[in-house]
Amino acid sequence: MRGGETEWTGLMRSANAGDGVAYHRLLRAITPVLRAATRRGLARAGQPVEQAEDIVQDILIAVHLKRHTWDANAPFAPWLFAIARNKLIDALRRRGRRIFVNIDDFTETLPGEQPEDTLPPGEVASHLEKLPARQRDVLQSIAVESVSIKDTAKKLSMTEGAVRVALHRGLSNLANKLGKE
Amino acid sequence: MDTDRLIRTLAADSDYRAKSVGWMLAVAMVFAVPVSSAMFMTQLGPRADISQAMSNPFFELKFVIVIALAIAATAVVLRLAQPAAAVGRLNWLFVIPAALIGIGVATDLLMPQQLSWSSRMIGSNSMICLSAIPLLSAPLLFAALAALRHGAATRPALSGAFAGLLSAGLAATLYASHCFDDSPLFVVTWYSIAIGGVTAIGAFVGSRVLKF
Repeated sequence: MRGGETEWTGLMRSANAGDGVAYHRLLRAITPVLRAATRRGLARAGQPVEQAEDIVQDILIAVHLKRHTWDANAPFAPWLFAIARNKLIDALRRRGRRIFVNIDDFTETLPGEQPEDTLPPGEVASHLEKLPARQRDVLQSIAVESVSIKDTAKKLSMTEGAVRVALHRGLSNLANKLGKE
Repeated sequence: MDTDRLIRTLAADSDYRAKSVGWMLAVAMVFAVPVSSAMFMTQLGPRADISQAMSNPFFELKFVIVIALAIAATAVVLRLAQPAAAVGRLNWLFVIPAALIGIGVATDLLMPQQLSWSSRMIGSNSMICLSAIPLLSAPLLFAALAALRHGAATRPALSGAFAGLLSAGLAATLYASHCFDDSPLFVVTWYSIAIGGVTAIGAFVGSRVLKF
């Protein structure tokens, strides 16, 4: 594990120096570790581990948007785990509240309303719908349809710069929405 | 959305470079300090006898103490904006303002004075002090918290408290030039209450707005 964590620090340094491939590799490398840790955390809190993926995605977005707060002279792993822990605690707190709210809902909703029996499409995807049109279209294209920035720009008749801005704003908005819920 | 797609999306946004929290805080202060200064100049202004007051070491000591406090709070609040960064040794910076006020109080008590220690402590300006410092802090605290939202405070209430301390330290620097009460006994009493109040407000607001 130590070797892996040292590698993360190197990858993040390269990413900060503008190496997009290193950044992609880093995100892929940390995801299984985050997933395992999140599942453990959920299990310990007596929550269904199926919710782990939403929390992992929330952590990844936070890592992405807050990566400027990592000190390049410090190891990357403690920073990462501090972010992950913060997000997991936040998610558990919110889930605790939601369960409580649901109990209230049961007493107040009209009979005849059907409980939802399909799995939700994931928190990130459901918040995507609520973004401003431009940001939603750009994220939809890049994130869901896996179209490159260049082709997204062509498709939406925007400049590449405008696509990049909309992408970043969309991700920031998404993070805010995930945090508020 | 599956996680692989999200990762690809985040990687596509990797060109975006956020400014450091320190930079954001500096920009925030560039906007907020003139606002608080304008409030101070229009509502209070420096005391009339400021040129004479300059020769009183206790007058100057007020500035040194609150500026040292603001600097210490700035250092800690920036560290708190970085997850997993150790604050530890930075807390020692608070020894400087604490030692200065301690030395000031001791000197004040040991020196022969015309007024009793209790009347020096109660002073003549305490109510203005208690309202001016929080009011002058408001724009600074607002700006500081806005800047700190660019950070990643894993302890948002604590970060908010230090943002309050930083804002109150700067506000007290302005107020100190208006205040006629130079006795360290007055400073340790009333400035502390006012600064403590702003710190508490900072903690309260921070716990809400600095979560990420």
